Amino acid sequence: MTAGTATDPAGPVAAGEDPAAAGAPGTGAASAGGDAERTGDDAIRIRGLVKRYDRQGPIVLDGIDLTVAPGEFVCLLGASGCGKSTLLSITAGLEKPTLGTVELPLGPSAVMFQEASLFPWLTARRNVELALKLGGVASRDERRARAQELLASVNLSDAGDQRPHELSGGMRQRVALARALAQDRNVLLMDEPFAALDAITRDLLHEELTHVWRRTGRAIVFVTHNVREAARLGQRVLLMSSRPGRIAQEWNLDAEGVDRSDATQVAAAATEITARLREEIRRNAK
Amino acid sequence: MPSDANASTLAPSENPGGSPSTEPESATSSRAHGASSSSSSSDADLRELEAGLDRLQSSATDRQPSAWKRITRSVVPPIVVVLLAIAAWQLYIVIANPRPDLSPGPVDVFLALQDAARSGRLLEAIATSLGRGLLGFLIAIAVGTPIGLLLAEVAWIRRAVGPIISGLQVLPSVAWVPAAIIWFGLTDATVYFVVLMGAIPSIVNGLVSGIQHVPPQLRRAGRVLGASGFSLARHVVLPAALPGYLAGLRQGWAFSWRSLMAAEIIAFGGTIGFGLGSMLQQGRDLADLASVLGTIIVILAIGVLLELALFAPIERGVLRRRGLAGAGA
Repeated sequence: MTAGTATDPAGPVAAGEDPAAAGAPGTGAASAGGDAERTGDDAIRIRGLVKRYDRQGPIVLDGIDLTVAPGEFVCLLGASGCGKSTLLSITAGLEKPTLGTVELPLGPSAVMFQEASLFPWLTARRNVELALKLGGVASRDERRARAQELLASVNLSDAGDQRPHELSGGMRQRVALARALAQDRNVLLMDEPFAALDAITRDLLHEELTHVWRRTGRAIVFVTHNVREAARLGQRVLLMSSRPGRIAQEWNLDAEGVDRSDATQVAAAATEITARLREEIRRNAK
Repeated sequence: MPSDANASTLAPSENPGGSPSTEPESATSSRAHGASSSSSSSDADLRELEAGLDRLQSSATDRQPSAWKRITRSVVPPIVVVLLAIAAWQLYIVIANPRPDLSPGPVDVFLALQDAARSGRLLEAIATSLGRGLLGFLIAIAVGTPIGLLLAEVAWIRRAVGPIISGLQVLPSVAWVPAAIIWFGLTDATVYFVVLMGAIPSIVNGLVSGIQHVPPQLRRAGRVLGASGFSLARHVVLPAALPGYLAGLRQGWAFSWRSLMAAEIIAFGGTIGFGLGSMLQQGRDLADLASVLGTIIVILAIGVLLELALFAPIERGVLRRRGLAGAGA
């Protein structure tokens, strides 16, 4: 199994190439990428990561190497149980690696989960305000104004006073996105954030997220089991194999010149990735 | 196992030329994709689309029934039942005509209460008992809350002390009266001791179970947002545990009130003031059944009133704000 190490050369190469290949995704991203290039820092650097939950237990993640450049959008794709969410949890610092190193040179990450995990006793705006408060914004007026801005940035200016249960699933995830953006981190980790939404809502949120990414220039690692979603969103798509979790193959869609706003090209990329994914899954049948 | 399942669901369309997406909603999703790619997402366009979808999906803001409707729905049925019960009682008195000292009618009971009210005993008893009940309840909150927090947060203390607290909740607090009289004599301390032993375990248990039922994803969200230790408790765990805590308080009040009555009936005289329990005991000594029944009704009414006027609205408000209860609940 050399698949895991195959990403090793690809990672740094992609990191160097991407800002150029991406065709300067918005001003924010361009400046963030530029800064980091000068200092030579990556957003995420994972080396030789191994995870098993107990000594006798199965190996969940086996020798993961992953480098994410500042402002880069990476999708981690895999079938259920391939350890992609574990990889994200470890990157977020919620779990410890058994072996290997995880570095976030640009500072810690913000995280978004499949369930919005909004605090039900707070209104949408207060949820965002709490994130600002915990992030150290001391002035109450400033928190309020910032929260309103962030909600407006995900098209929810009017929903600030509503409570989570009064919002639709898509609106809740947008509040969660605003809350994650409130942390003002350079890295955003997303664990199947749209998996529970209906197809129409998800489609709009893909656009929303692309806008937000272009505007804010954050590095995003997006975990999903949906091939089309990965092909649509990610500059790079990493396919993970299951048991043990390894990075089986990588597609640098941006370098290949795939226009991710064009449904036909996305579908073509998705076809290719799906074929490889099925191969990986079939391997488990034997 | 899961991988087998995956393999089998994929099997039907395994030919290389098959549909590219493995997800079941491929038809809908490709249609949606087609629509969005043609209108290649200007910001204003996206804004309008999202606003439309939000309107479609969140139209059902839970509609509050009017205050009048709520009152008629929650207050009228029990009143009707009570009136029917009194009517049946009166009917029995009229038809069977039993001995008035063994089976007083509603009128006798009413007169006995009126008598007690005129002499000032009724008001004194209500004031004494209510004051003690509420003060004891507040002390129980002050003592029970920190204990509950400690138990919820420190696992080995919870394992060690938890079963004892649960046991105390089952133990009728009247059982403490003899011991309390020996320790404190016939003083108010005896009454308060019994009330506390009754109420504290409920409050502790309510808080512990409230905290233990905080959804793990809320804790995780809090930690991801940078909360830990005290700030996690203050901003996430305690607010999330509030419904369980309130349920514990409500039960704690019920136990306070019951324990108080038990203590007042048994511990009678000395420097202990004259409460509703004492009034019951006095009625028994005088073989005045009408007065005893009247006192029982007063005790019941106070319990019901506090429940309806204090605890139910607070709990309903908290649950409704979190979307945990229908507006009619």
